[in-house]
This record gives sequence, C-alpha cells and structure tokens, in this order.
Amino acid sequence: MTALFTRLWQALSDLLSQFGGVLLLFLDVIATTFIRRPRWKETIEQMYKIGWQSQAVVIITGAFTGMVFAVQTGLQFHKVKMDTAVGPVVAIAMLRELAPVLTGLMVAGRVGAAIAAELGTMKVTEQLDALRSMGTSPTDYLAAPRFWALVVGLPMLTAEAMACGIFAGYLVAASMLNIDGAYYWHNMLKFTAAKDVLAGLIKSVFFAAFIAMIACHKGFHADEGAEGVGRATTEAVVVSSLTILIANFFIAVVFNTIVPI
Amino acid sequence: MIRIESLQKSFQGSPVLRGVDFEIHDGETVVIIGQSGGGKSVLLKHLCGLLKPETGHVWVDDEDIVPLNERRLAPIRRKFGFLFQGAALFDSLTLFDNVAFPLREKRSLRETEVAQRVEEALEIVGLTGAGHKKPAELSGGMRKRAGLARAVVGTPKYLLYDEPTTGLDPIRADTINHLILRLRDRLRVTGVAVTHDMASAYKIADRIAMLHEGRIHAVGTPAEIQASPDPLVQQFIRGVADISQEVPSGNTTLH
Repeated sequence: MTALFTRLWQALSDLLSQFGGVLLLFLDVIATTFIRRPRWKETIEQMYKIGWQSQAVVIITGAFTGMVFAVQTGLQFHKVKMDTAVGPVVAIAMLRELAPVLTGLMVAGRVGAAIAAELGTMKVTEQLDALRSMGTSPTDYLAAPRFWALVVGLPMLTAEAMACGIFAGYLVAASMLNIDGAYYWHNMLKFTAAKDVLAGLIKSVFFAAFIAMIACHKGFHADEGAEGVGRATTEAVVVSSLTILIANFFIAVVFNTIVPI
Repeated sequence: MIRIESLQKSFQGSPVLRGVDFEIHDGETVVIIGQSGGGKSVLLKHLCGLLKPETGHVWVDDEDIVPLNERRLAPIRRKFGFLFQGAALFDSLTLFDNVAFPLREKRSLRETEVAQRVEEALEIVGLTGAGHKKPAELSGGMRKRAGLARAVVGTPKYLLYDEPTTGLDPIRADTINHLILRLRDRLRVTGVAVTHDMASAYKIADRIAMLHEGRIHAVGTPAEIQASPDPLVQQFIRGVADISQEVPSGNTTLH
C-alpha cells in the first residue's frame, strides 16, 4: 500500500514538475518576444514548415471527416425525414469540434513530433549548449519562432479544414444522399453564425500553444542518446494530443458560458 | 583571468567535482587531463556558465558568473569561443552560416563584413571554399576544424576546447594541435583544453592540470608533469592500468 502511494506521489510530482516546466517555458517565450528583437526569418521558415507543409494532411483529414459525417447523419436523418438538416449539423460539428480537434491532433502528430525530435537531437549533440555558449537563448532562437508560427498557422489550417469538411459534406450530400444543394447551404447558413467559427478558431489558438510548448519542452529536456530522443518525441505527441482532447472540453464549456449558443 | 573557487557539482547524487580551486592566467593555454568520466568536460562547461555548481564560484575577469541568470550571462559568454567534442555544428545550416552565426547574432555587422570574417576564419582552419557544405557532408576532422572556425570568428578572449583531438587520426589530430598553437600566437587568446591525448597536451599546453576524484591533483608545465614523482600522474601520462606492475625503466620516453 505504501509502495502504491509512493508511486502515485512520484507520478503526481513528475506531472506537476512537467506542467511547471511547460509554464515557465511559455512565460519565457512571451518575455523573450517583448524583450528581444523579433526573429522574422526563423518564424517565417517555421510557418512554412509547420503551416504550408501540413496542408495536405489537414485538407484530407477535413474533407474525409466532413464526408463521413454527412453520410452518417444523412442516413439517420433520412429515417425521420430531416434530410435537409445535414448541412447545419455537418457545419456546426466541423466548425466547433471536428476541424479544431482533428487538425490539432494531426498537427500534434506531424509537427509536435518533428519539433521534439529536432530539438531533442540538438540537445544530445550539444547544439543547444553551443547556442548558449554564443550568448543566444534557445528560447529566443528555437522556441519562440515555433510558438508564434504555430499560434498563427494552426488557426489558418483549422479554417482550411472547416471549409474543406463543409464543402466535402455538401458534395456527398448532393451526390450520394440526393439532398438538394440549395437546402444544404440555406439551412447551414440559417443555423450557423460567426460565433461558431470563432469557437473553433479560439480553440485552435490554445491547441497551437499547447503543441508548441509541450514539444519544445520535451525536446529541450530529452535524455541522452537515440532512445532519449525517441522517448521525448513519443511523449510530445501523446501529451499534446491528450492535452488537446481534455482542454477541448473545458474551453468549450467556458466559451459557451461566455457566448451562449 | 578565470578563477575557480571551491567548485562542487554532482549529478543525481553522485559528486563529480568535489572542490576545484584553480586559476587560468591571461594569454596561457591550460590543458586539463584526467580519466574519462572524471568531470573534465563538466569543469569546462562551468567556465562559461553552461552548468551551475552546487557551491563555489567562477570568476571571469573579476565577475562571479555563478549567480548570473541566462540573460546576464549572454555578454560574458560572448567573451568565449567553445569547441565542442562533436563540434556541435547546427545541422540545418551550411558551414558558412554556422561560422557566421556568432557574428550575425551580434547584429552590429554588415553582411559584407560578416562574409569577409567568415572567409578569414575558414582560411585559418583550412576550409576555404567549403562554406556551402552542410555539416552532414563533412568528415570528422573537417567538422572539428569548422567548429574551431566558429569558435574563433568572434575573436574571443577565451577559447575552450573539449577533447579537440579525440576521434581523429594522428595526422588530423596534429593539424588541430597546430591550429590551436597558431590561434594562440595569432589571436593571443587564453585557452583551456580538456583532453586525455597526452601527445596533444604536451604540444599545446603552457601548463597541465590533472583532475582526479573531483579535485585538481597536480599542476605544472609539461616538463614538470613528465618529471613528476607522483604515481597517479605517472600512471596517467604513461597510460598503464596498474603502475605497481610497471617495470621501472630509466630510458622511458614519454613522447
């Protein structure tokens, strides 16, 4: 029993220590952004890698999620003669939940892993020490550009996933479910509002911050050797994905309280 | 001048440095020798604040750097050039951009000036014309020389070398030794090198300090160290597993 409590206590203190580390890194990034001159070149490079190069993954994810959602809701709604409600249901689901969460998860997998692996390798090959030895802060040179690239890039990718999901849902509804396209768009516009788009985009800003800070923190604190880098990469993806799923619920509750549906 | 006082450092409860006291004078090259895993690289990283000790002080030009945070350490670190064991070149940058990095970070030089100084640094280390290559395209010796070019391009006051000749064939190792001597004479830098390559130590050192069990065990010129009656020093410089088993020989040469 004592051993169980000891292990639980150890796990809890590890969790708190990780949380504290991520929070301190976030504060350092914000402080660095205001104290140091902005690193436009590095930030734009990261936006290209993180945003532009993630588009294919995000478009496919958004489109096929919208398509399958249209098929499933269409078949169910057909039973109660509510076929024309497919448009608003697909749109609300894509805007508020599916696009931000699935885009966040895909980017956590693709970009979070890449950041943790790159920074982890830099740590174990003493490249981080080399940066510091030249008077350059790794937070300034590495973490801040990745943070801002993600915070700007992920909402754009999420918007892209929203648009692709809704349009792909329309194509499926019109071609496979024989729903009149005019009803799809009309009902969708009638039952959705700017706040639905805003709800999704605000979530994506939070998700971007979680992915950037967790991946950078894991990379900066990777243990020695290939195994250490591998573990940091896996942990970055798992922790940021779980954080996205858990935070999604709380952000939704808070947002719905502030801006009622 | 760098002054180290009662420096203690441990990792996960295991003491590595147990109270190091030492002074490095301006213009000299000091070589720190000692067993692998004995804390030589740890000591070197304390000199420019890359590691923080549990207790003790490191004075760089009369300023104690131990209590300084990362931001306040930055200007102190710009006095140093550091050649890392594996060179630690940035994988994503070309050789030219690697060497130019410390100059561009100063943000006070024009790009033409940066290019000129990078070319000079590459010429010193014999890598003229290789600026467009990525670190992955370079051999171990070339990486070491490129790391050296990056360390010297900012004309530092202090140069720290972590195992500058390890992993190189004897000819490449000797090239690095010559480069270190050339840099000392040409740039008048104060050098601290960590190595267990005794041939290199004798060649580049003004003084040799032996680190043993977390303390400076012996200090002297290369000649004094070679003539030292201390069995631990003799064991290390001769490279014998057990000094008591060694048959004494009056004709033993150490080079």
